[in-house]
Amino acid sequence: MTRNWTVVELAGEAIPGPYIGRSMPRREDPRLLTGHGKFVDDVILPNQAYAAILRSPHAHALIRGIDSSRAKAATGVLGVFVHADVKESINPITPTWRVADPLITERPVLADGRVRMVGEPVAFVVAETIQNAFDALELIDVAYDPLDAVVDEEEACKPGAPQLFSHIPDNRALLYKVDGGNYGKIADVADHIVRIRVVNNRVLPSPIEPRAVCASYEPFDDKLTVYTTSQMPHMHRRWIAENLNWPEHKLRVVANDVGGGFGCKMHFYPEELLCPFAAMKLGRPVKWTETRSESHSSTTHGRAHVEYVEMAVRKDGLVLGVKLDSFANVGAYLSNMAVGVPTFNCASQVTGPYKIDNFQARAHIVLTNTPPVDAYRGAGRPEATYIIERGMDAVADQLGLDRVEVRKLNFIKKDEFPYRPYDSPILLIEYGDYAGCLDDALRMIDYENWISKQKELRNKGRYIGIGFASYSHFTGAAPSSLMGLAGFDRGGWESAQVRVHSDGKVTLFSGSMATGHGHAITFAQIVADELQIPIEDVDVVQGDTDRVLAGNGSYNSRSVANGGSAAKICASNILAKAKTYAAEALDIPLSQLDYEAGIFRATGEESGETITFARVARFAALAHMKPEGITPGLDETYFYDPTSLLHPCGTHAAVVEVDIETGFVTVLDYVAVDDIGNVINPMIADGQLHGSVVQGIGQALYEHVQHDTAGQLLTGTLLDYALPKADQVCAIKSEFRVNPTSHNPLGAKGVGEAGCVPGPPTIVSAVCDALKPLGISHIDMPMTPPRIWTAIQHAVSNQGGST
Amino acid sequence: MQEVQITVNGLDRSANVEPRELLVHFLRDRLRLTGTHVGCDTSQCGACAVNIDGKAAKSCTVLTVQANRSRVDTIESYAQGMRLDVVQKAFQAHHALQCGFCTPGMIIAVHEILRRTPDPTEENIRHGLHGNLCRCTGYQNIVESVKTAAAELRSKGNRDDAQLDRS
Repeated sequence: MTRNWTVVELAGEAIPGPYIGRSMPRREDPRLLTGHGKFVDDVILPNQAYAAILRSPHAHALIRGIDSSRAKAATGVLGVFVHADVKESINPITPTWRVADPLITERPVLADGRVRMVGEPVAFVVAETIQNAFDALELIDVAYDPLDAVVDEEEACKPGAPQLFSHIPDNRALLYKVDGGNYGKIADVADHIVRIRVVNNRVLPSPIEPRAVCASYEPFDDKLTVYTTSQMPHMHRRWIAENLNWPEHKLRVVANDVGGGFGCKMHFYPEELLCPFAAMKLGRPVKWTETRSESHSSTTHGRAHVEYVEMAVRKDGLVLGVKLDSFANVGAYLSNMAVGVPTFNCASQVTGPYKIDNFQARAHIVLTNTPPVDAYRGAGRPEATYIIERGMDAVADQLGLDRVEVRKLNFIKKDEFPYRPYDSPILLIEYGDYAGCLDDALRMIDYENWISKQKELRNKGRYIGIGFASYSHFTGAAPSSLMGLAGFDRGGWESAQVRVHSDGKVTLFSGSMATGHGHAITFAQIVADELQIPIEDVDVVQGDTDRVLAGNGSYNSRSVANGGSAAKICASNILAKAKTYAAEALDIPLSQLDYEAGIFRATGEESGETITFARVARFAALAHMKPEGITPGLDETYFYDPTSLLHPCGTHAAVVEVDIETGFVTVLDYVAVDDIGNVINPMIADGQLHGSVVQGIGQALYEHVQHDTAGQLLTGTLLDYALPKADQVCAIKSEFRVNPTSHNPLGAKGVGEAGCVPGPPTIVSAVCDALKPLGISHIDMPMTPPRIWTAIQHAVSNQGGST
Repeated sequence: MQEVQITVNGLDRSANVEPRELLVHFLRDRLRLTGTHVGCDTSQCGACAVNIDGKAAKSCTVLTVQANRSRVDTIESYAQGMRLDVVQKAFQAHHALQCGFCTPGMIIAVHEILRRTPDPTEENIRHGLHGNLCRCTGYQNIVESVKTAAAELRSKGNRDDAQLDRS
């Protein structure tokens, strides 16, 4: 049985609470199952026009001239815009996260005389129909003078490499440094130095819904409305307003249903400015929808690091120090969080669950002639976990030690919490039972049994491998003061507004943004439990900046931790005010008032007198009688500012079989043991885990964005970019080991990214375990059949024999 | 321009279309049936799947003119009002959808799997879903929901659900 929950049946009657901890069914399902979702491309506004974008076919080139006269005269064309047409009205896009003061790129929304990547927008066409717009693209003549391009992160920062920006020498926007203890000194006295080079392959977040924007301007209230596929509508509102020099209060950003984000829909794109600009210019709503092949160069990529790792170890496997040199390819322009992902989120986090006092990291942020790379599910922590877990396997391999024992020797021990990795002034890990998670995962995967069968199976010609990876990563971004310290131009709080209507029903307006997360039920569970009213009476609204006051959106697994905590505290404030009205209504002092399951009850002299929550709501709405110093109504807003980052942890394990004739890998079994704190809805938490694990397997075995040396994208469609399919992955057994956090009132640490953080090293560890008898200790991701086959051929010829 | 006549969700529709117009755009943009989705442009993702004359087909790879005089049923026709059909109910019970974008195509693909193999193994199911990409669920809960739907349909003697009988 792979599943440890059963969905709560909808019996047609009200389901009594409490609700937290139960697998309540989702509210979005009926409309999504019946084709009534409301995605941005489903928006059809009266008199809507359609946009298409002419994109650069060159990775690096000067633009000598653009002639759009034929396009402007084509059937149905309403406007053709190039840089000169928009430069006074639209500011260039700059990154939001500027940790450690990097050199900044300004990205013009349409190429300003120069293109720096294949896919860079050069012209924006608006026409009556989408076919008219596509036809017009062919009629725009652009004269390019190609320049040399560089696509590799190590090549790009060498002397003589093509320079993308004259103010960014060696294409290096930042050299980020982390120093704890003294690595040099400890390396001198170590018994052994382990050295590995690992690649964290460039991947595409690939939500199945392509990005889309639909903008309109309404003269009636001088209001711009932008529908966009966003994980953070309020941030998009701020950014769009700023870059258009438009007041925020006259801009409404709407994200209704969003078909997956995984990070790429939380970044800021030229189309989100071009559409509203054109809508105002032309007096028509303008819609742009990305094609899938367009997305491969126009939507952010993920990962793309090369890491050189050195570990100074004692002969029993104790890791005395780690040194990291990391090259992060951030593409042609610094996207939103691009600088922070390889630095604070990766390099600073490498020690993970391990006690490593001497740590030195240098992370190079390198620009290349490729599409921008930015946060993708896990955002730096999968990369960090990959580094240290491959390192631990290498330590075991090179010293002839057991992989499990090496980890247990190095884990932060239970009595060492709260723990400051390498004495960092910023990082503080609350707690992690790493050994417990590891033991559970090994038990669930039947580790001992597989190890004992492994040799016998090899003798029969079957190469089975068992792999595992432990992790500790941070979530719940973040205390706003830490955001400031880290150079992140946004707040870390989350907002909740709870409004009790005069009939006693409740609406929660939440600044979190679901893109498949199921907040409509989990947040209702939280509010309904706090107010002790039926969950059917609680409605959750997100995604519309006209209805939700403020928000910082969903990323870094922060929604339940921050958005949920905001909702809980806000609801408790509502209840506190409701109690004053109940006491007033019952004409008793507050001290003689009890409340349970929707009923206020007098306990003193008037004992037995009751009033319902709904009646109190009406009472407060009428305010004919008000408690002393209390305002009418029941409507509260709360901004929850976290006091700490959170640290989920765990271990994943997998069993794979490698066909050494073909290099083909089959994942036979996969288990996940994760401590995400308290679980609000087990069904939904499990679902998040499955999805993120499969993304991790995808990165390890199938997915790879590839460019040739001229910067041409070789994986331009889903024909070439291998997203995992149903018959390429197995079922996942999961266990949540609950150690609630004390840092928020829900005790929840966040689950969204849990799977893709340990997933890749789990699979790599398993494949290398299978191929160990052939002398293979590492293969870079993705471990496609040709790569595995090639590695086997090399290893076998090195050993001088055949398999 | 060419004239087409297509029965969509039981209603006769006619229009003048360009030969290059894809069926998915005819459904979404002309008929405003936006339940069928476009997720890719090379026919991999399956979000555009509809039922044509009793069989599942990817509507991004069908020209509207090719569907002339056919019966096309989209996801909007599977539930009876808001009463979910067996497959849809199973999807909800098993949390087989998250963002919901791939879901309409998945539902139609699942009906196709069950039409061909009323008692599918896990391998049959995963193979049958090869043409439908999901990035959210990892497929596991979808597979479970297919097993449940299959069992329920078998217990009901199969094909008593009018939605299933397309041939």
